Amino acid sequence: MPGTRSVDESFLALPLSALTDAALTRAVDLGCEHADIRVERIRTQTISLRDARPEAVTDGEDLGLAVRVVHEGTWGFAAGVVLTAAEAVRLAEEAVVVAKVSAAINTDRVELAPEPVYADATYVSDYEIDPFDVPDADKTGLLAEFSERLLAADGVEHVRASCMHVKEQKYYADTAGTRTRQQRVRIHPDLTALTVDRATGSFESMRTLAPPVGRGWEYLTGTGWDWDPELSELPELLREKTKAPSVEAGRYDLVVDPSNLWLTIHESIGHATELDRALGYEAAYAGTSFATVDKLGTLRYGSPLLQITGDRTAPHGLSTVGWDDEGVAGQEWDIVADGVLVGYQVDRNMARLRGLPRSNGCAFADSPGHVPVQRMANVSLEPTPDGPSTEEIIGGVERGIYVVGDKSWSIDMQRYNFQFTGQRFYRIEGGKLAGQLRDVAYQATTTDFWGSMSVVGGPQTYVLGGAFNCGKAQPGQAAPVSHGCPTARFDQVSILNTVQEAGR
Amino acid sequence: MRTSRMTAQELVEACLAASTADAQITYVTEHAEANLRWAANSLTTNGAMRSRSVVVISFVDGGAGMAAGSVSRTGTPDVAELVAASERAARDAGPAEDAVPLVAEAPPGAGDWSADPAETSIEVFAEFAPALGQAFGEARDRGELLFGFAEHSMSTTYLGSSTGLRLRTDQPTGRVELNGKSPDFSRSVWSGTSTRDFRDVSVAALAADVEKKMGWSQRRIDLPAGRYETLLPPSAVSDLMIYLYWTMEARDADEGRNVFARAGGGNRIGDRLAELPLTLRSDPAYAGLEAAPFQVVPASSGSASVFDNGLAAPAIDWITDGVLTNLVRPRSWALTQTAPATVAVDNLILEDRSAAVDPAEMVAATERGLLLTTLWYIREVDPQTLLLTGLTRDGVFLVENGEVTGAVNNFRFNESPVDLLGRTVQASRTERTLPREWNDWFTRTAMPMLRVPDFNMSSVSPAS
Repeated sequence: MPGTRSVDESFLALPLSALTDAALTRAVDLGCEHADIRVERIRTQTISLRDARPEAVTDGEDLGLAVRVVHEGTWGFAAGVVLTAAEAVRLAEEAVVVAKVSAAINTDRVELAPEPVYADATYVSDYEIDPFDVPDADKTGLLAEFSERLLAADGVEHVRASCMHVKEQKYYADTAGTRTRQQRVRIHPDLTALTVDRATGSFESMRTLAPPVGRGWEYLTGTGWDWDPELSELPELLREKTKAPSVEAGRYDLVVDPSNLWLTIHESIGHATELDRALGYEAAYAGTSFATVDKLGTLRYGSPLLQITGDRTAPHGLSTVGWDDEGVAGQEWDIVADGVLVGYQVDRNMARLRGLPRSNGCAFADSPGHVPVQRMANVSLEPTPDGPSTEEIIGGVERGIYVVGDKSWSIDMQRYNFQFTGQRFYRIEGGKLAGQLRDVAYQATTTDFWGSMSVVGGPQTYVLGGAFNCGKAQPGQAAPVSHGCPTARFDQVSILNTVQEAGR
Repeated sequence: MRTSRMTAQELVEACLAASTADAQITYVTEHAEANLRWAANSLTTNGAMRSRSVVVISFVDGGAGMAAGSVSRTGTPDVAELVAASERAARDAGPAEDAVPLVAEAPPGAGDWSADPAETSIEVFAEFAPALGQAFGEARDRGELLFGFAEHSMSTTYLGSSTGLRLRTDQPTGRVELNGKSPDFSRSVWSGTSTRDFRDVSVAALAADVEKKMGWSQRRIDLPAGRYETLLPPSAVSDLMIYLYWTMEARDADEGRNVFARAGGGNRIGDRLAELPLTLRSDPAYAGLEAAPFQVVPASSGSASVFDNGLAAPAIDWITDGVLTNLVRPRSWALTQTAPATVAVDNLILEDRSAAVDPAEMVAATERGLLLTTLWYIREVDPQTLLLTGLTRDGVFLVENGEVTGAVNNFRFNESPVDLLGRTVQASRTERTLPREWNDWFTRTAMPMLRVPDFNMSSVSPAS
């Protein structure tokens, strides 16, 4: 639910109505079937420290407007940064010119699935402290203090710390009459400790597991994450990792912690169930999907334990909104039910193409200068009600590996073959953790992996992970998205030794 | 002052004039771009965008050393507010580790300060779009689908400093990717090119390349994972070399934390990385790949410093005849290491100056091997060795007795570009190429085809 805050007055004071009247009137005069205007102001600050000393503080603000039209069945889009009625008119005209030039290569007539009109609507995400209200010196000071704690520990030679926070303000209006105003805040703090063995030339690092979330500065001071235990454990965990034996390649039962599993969900389910990929719109770039529309309702995606939902409503979710960039309200729906593919993420044109009554609200543009494309909802794995704890899941594994934290990730263009590493890997022997392992990567095919899921943890293991930088589309756009999941067990997954892979 | 009418140059001057800091660097980038995107022989998205970004970096010495604060805004912001925000950020930041005196000497090669910014618009595709429409028709007649993207952008940056610099640079960037597929998507091939102005782009030539490779894909051959003699074409080489280039940070190496660190301390400059006389270099004047001849840095990192804004970025060898010769080193780090300052340039060239063959001749001289097209989803697995993983994409062709005999399934590879240089046994003449994985960030490359006798295809990918 929205918090008690309101959209900043300084954003509402922009000439939103005048720009809307100018752009939409001109677009209608030029014969457009549909037109919309977005005005966005995105404030981004990134603080980075190297060994507790400031490396860079950058503070950016991206303010602009965009007009998108459907003219004789073809999209047209134009964006600028001058917030005047004259510029709004110019952008409407330019968007029509873009549509006309593009008509030469358009054969699919654009039509939008219907959506109720939201005439005067406001959404503000749930956060307590606006990071941009906190003095820079306080923010840098806290990150320096966190860094010092790590540097003070034996064996930690270097520490990198960074925090990126974003305040996104967005106004949307269309020719149907929708007018929405939104404000979202998100934050991504991260610290990495590094140890170097000069004699052998080897080095090893370990990063905090705190995920990026839709919260404010309170996330750094105890709300939503407990930093003290994580910072005090990290040096010892790193020391243990440097002394750990190299893994023996082969097949193991994996217990995957939510801090790692969110990314596997993102890559192998989140992207694979984007309808624009399944239809081929991303075929030359991000790729397509093995989960094609002819398999909807029949594809066995994973074991019957696999329950996947899409939503744009989860509290503190990075993809959570009031309305998307086509004026569609945030919703929740099933993507995989009992292991079978049952749904996709769509926008309004694709919803109409598929004969769906309504879009599920997955259109998003990462900036005022970019056109909205279908972007990921929060795609999450449901926990088992009354399901086991992580310790109980580990307790059921005779010989296996417990995977914690994400690191390296790569998956093919149809979302079959993937390879992931992590922050920490623990050997499991006889149901007990038996120390860390090094040089581990797991490799699998999507449906085999999810098909091998034999235990799904309970709600007490559930964590909302995520990323700020999900990439898609040309020109490239970055989108923030969250993925919630419990701990889960996967049977007989292929484990590689990365040193052997390097031919050493 | 009517700020909405200010030119970029006036905005730079106004910010410098408003400074109460010890020093200031301001740059304004005027950016225009246009793009077309298509799938299955039809348009999907398009756009024409204009933007202006203003970056003000203030330098303030609070007594303990010089501090820097960088603030950026789009459009034409309020100058007094922006400069004050930048100065506040500098005062809050504390002394900068990379503080050195600002550059005062103008580098060679900067453009005309007083001239208007360069422009582009959707009209850049006036001839390209109809030609593409014709290619769609021809593909449709062959029962094939075309996908892809074309983009053109022009960025003009005006950089001024309180030390008297007034520098301007123009950067045109263009790219085209054309992806052909069978209707069931089981066959997929690619062709692409970079361009400065689209005048040298031939849709017909790109479409012909796609048609040729679709023909090669008629016969499908399944091969297992393993090590194969592999011909990496220029595009695939560029994506691996760009990652290598991005890792060439001197400070990381000196601190023992990247692949260029030397066991026992220091870095590996002077080490032989390749048996062939391969040279990896950057040159802002390289014909067709022209890049900014000076540094523009919004925020400091281990490989660039805001204090180095305006520093000349001359041609430089990173690897010379197979030997590591330079790493990227801002002036501040250079001072601590008594090593030369070096600047990363926005282009990259790999060449074997003794190479005497073209890629086609390398294919013709291959008894049995894999000919790749592009690499995809490249990610770092192990920074110690710079082990990278990724996928082959849009064409793995089997070459037998000098001829392509069919298309092989895709593979996941695990390889280090540093090791690959050491194992490369042949390079072709260098040609301009478009990276596939990294072309959102890096388009200006010229690379050879490389022959590697034992490329590690770690597992089969069923993707096409």
